Amino acid sequence: MTTTTSAPATTTVLDASGVTMRFGGLTAVRDVNLTVNTGEIVGLIGPNGAGKTTFFNCLTGLYVPTEGRVAYKGTVLPPKPHLVTQAGIARTFQNIRLFANMTVLENVLVGRHTRTKEGLWSALLRLPGFRKAEEESRARAMELLEFTGLAAKADHLARNLPYGEQRKLEIARALASEPGLLLLDEPTAGMNPQETRAAEELIFAIRDQGIAVLVIEHDIRFIMNLCDRVAVLVQGEKIVEGPAEVVQADERVIAAYLGTPFEGAPGDAEAAEVEAAEADAQSTTEGDDK
Amino acid sequence: MHMTTETPMDKTTGTTKVSTAEATPIIPLPHPVARALVVAGSAVALIGTFLAWTWTEEFPGNLTVTGYPGGLQVLTLFGSVLTLLFALSGYGIKGLGWLTPGGKNSPVLLAALGVFGTTGYAMGAISQELGGLVNLEPGAWVSGIGALIAVLGALGLPVDQPYGAGDPDPNLWGRIRHSLTAPDPGRAKELPSWVEILIIAAGFGVGLYVFSYGIGTEYSELFIGFLIIAAFGFTAVTRAGLLKRLSALTAKHRNVTLGAAFAAAICFPFTQSNDQFALIGANILIFATVALGLNVVVGLAGLLDLGYVAFLGVGAYAAALVSGSPASTIGVQFPFWAAVLTGAAASLIFGVVIGAPTLRLRGDYLAIVTLGFGEIFRITMNNLNGNSGPDVTNGSNGIPQIPDLEIFGFNLGVPHDVIGHELTRSANYYLLMLVFTAIVVMVFRRSAESRIGRAWVAIREDETAATAMGINGFRLKLLAFALGASLAGLAGTVQAHVSYSVTPEQYQFAGPVPPNSAFLLAAVILGGMGTISGPLIGAALLYLIPAKLQFMAEYQLLLFGIALMLLMRFRPEGLVADRRKQLEFHETGQLDVPEDKPLPEGATGVAKAGA
Repeated sequence: MTTTTSAPATTTVLDASGVTMRFGGLTAVRDVNLTVNTGEIVGLIGPNGAGKTTFFNCLTGLYVPTEGRVAYKGTVLPPKPHLVTQAGIARTFQNIRLFANMTVLENVLVGRHTRTKEGLWSALLRLPGFRKAEEESRARAMELLEFTGLAAKADHLARNLPYGEQRKLEIARALASEPGLLLLDEPTAGMNPQETRAAEELIFAIRDQGIAVLVIEHDIRFIMNLCDRVAVLVQGEKIVEGPAEVVQADERVIAAYLGTPFEGAPGDAEAAEVEAAEADAQSTTEGDDK
Repeated sequence: MHMTTETPMDKTTGTTKVSTAEATPIIPLPHPVARALVVAGSAVALIGTFLAWTWTEEFPGNLTVTGYPGGLQVLTLFGSVLTLLFALSGYGIKGLGWLTPGGKNSPVLLAALGVFGTTGYAMGAISQELGGLVNLEPGAWVSGIGALIAVLGALGLPVDQPYGAGDPDPNLWGRIRHSLTAPDPGRAKELPSWVEILIIAAGFGVGLYVFSYGIGTEYSELFIGFLIIAAFGFTAVTRAGLLKRLSALTAKHRNVTLGAAFAAAICFPFTQSNDQFALIGANILIFATVALGLNVVVGLAGLLDLGYVAFLGVGAYAAALVSGSPASTIGVQFPFWAAVLTGAAASLIFGVVIGAPTLRLRGDYLAIVTLGFGEIFRITMNNLNGNSGPDVTNGSNGIPQIPDLEIFGFNLGVPHDVIGHELTRSANYYLLMLVFTAIVVMVFRRSAESRIGRAWVAIREDETAATAMGINGFRLKLLAFALGASLAGLAGTVQAHVSYSVTPEQYQFAGPVPPNSAFLLAAVILGGMGTISGPLIGAALLYLIPAKLQFMAEYQLLLFGIALMLLMRFRPEGLVADRRKQLEFHETGQLDVPEDKPLPEGATGVAKAGA
């Protein structure tokens, strides 16, 4: 990867500050600040509907944030997805979005789009650089397929890959755009434990190439193993950020995932109340039956 | 596909008991008897073609002469020979084995059915047109009964492959359908490459002969007979595995194949002495070229354009205005190369002007808007008549009297003698159009196999994901639209000269004469989206069938609709499937299943559950 730097891991790759996203009256993301540094794997967790994917879409230019700014390596990102990718942020999707009827190799080659320049005239007239650029793209794509372990299936249709390999292919495709920051949206959703472990290894390997990674995930164990830092989004707001252990122990996080206990312990009175209500409900339904 | 099973290879030469245990033939006959019946039947049918079929020359084609087959008899003759060859190949006769590398017996059945269909049709047509079976001379009966015996015998031949695991004991209909299937041919022997190239050349030679015979059919009875025998013969050759073998060779020598295809296309006008048939050839080329241009837009970028014929119209009108026609309101005469550039540039501009606002829409919305723009073009051309608008196009009269082209002192309007053959006006334009077709084929092929082409396909597959990969969706869609438009414009410049005049009515959404938006789209879908040969074949069929079968003009659109529905049901990837589509619809080879048992047909959905 070209973005490897010898500098210590303090350079900020991504700097999102005050990102707010409103859809009409609904505020999906409220005033979120997040930084990702080189060589770092940052996790973003939160209950369903917390605004994680919306925040992702704000980062990648699919949405233009209502307020706030997102900067990549010091420059504010343009509000167009393809320009964001060109700038150096690549992403995968929560529900896999491969080019299903293209081959595995072609999928990765599409990922090379921003890093190659050959236009229509070059292709039509087969200008001198054309063949060389195609060969280089192909070689680079095969390299990435080796890296993700898909090289043997280069000629298969993407739709024919098993689920876990489709996830890998999405990552390979994203890496083909030579990103400095990789955004992974639930990379292990639907995977079995073995596949999850393989994904972990892959993400570490990507980090070791100098690419910063921001990952959304529900699998807490996965996040705890993987991430240097974890941020928690709840109802559009970032409530905690810190090392995994700290976040895991945080009361607000537990509350957000599991709900708050009653004021004090649930006493006999409450229990009786619940039982009475249930009995009542049962009798009314029985009454309806007759 | 790697169907590496070798079981069906020795089935016919071995004892019949093995195969009957797996799949009984439809008519239970001993194998030698069945094969002898086929050979005898087709030989009798062949002999019958040399006898008179009817007594009067009122039935077209003169079927009254004994000893000299004519008209429909030639088709039966050809089919009988094919059946005989396939049947004899099953005896394991040396030198004929190459005919059936795939199926051994289903080609025999298909060819026999073709003979029976053609002969039966001929007998029916004779007795219907002349009023009764009495008009049939004994020769017709000889051929007809021979063909029937051959079909019965072929039904008694053992089936080529065992029944699928999904349906081990099918009913009669399932068994008939099954007996028409065949296994894929095994790996071909390595041949020296000059032999392979010769085989490709021979393949295209046969293709050219069949095609020019079809164009040259002079009456609709002969054309229908031709369609019957061609359809069955083509399927028989496919089942025999010859087509797979040939396409393996063409895939290996792609440039040779392209060269051979164009050489065959160049030869076409030399096979025609009739200007009318050469004109059909030229019109097919125009239609096919435009369809190929549309294939960039629909097949690659996935933009459903229902008003594509407007771009052909823009090119044609632009060329007509600068052609020096006395009816042109501009009254200039550009040399041809300048007129071509003008036409292509006008279409390009029109394409960008239409595309820029509409390409922000997706799917159905885009289709509706392009449909609207296509009609707007036609109506505008009607209205620019000096009455309801400025006088540019003479309204519905169009621009007539477009002069013939003269290129390097070669006047395309008059016949020329070239190597002993007179090339008529239409043949000249056919050859000119062929140059443009070659250009469009090259543009399509090169753009499809590039970064741009991949980006188009990516947009077609999933536009959101494509933009997330850094593809500027709008820009690339506009590029596809503009490229498609200028290719149609190129064809339009020649079309204006071929048809002498341009009128708004030539450029409709749907109409009886093929280059219209609906037929263009149909040619692409029928032939196979995203391929080069697909739209060319689709366009040829869609032009030829209505042009040859004038009597069914009223039902043309109905039949066309039925044909499209059947095609979508049985072969959704079109006649010619590109590599991708083949994998998409028939992807048995890549699934993670044990390879030893064949998958049932249509096992497409399994891939998704593969995790």
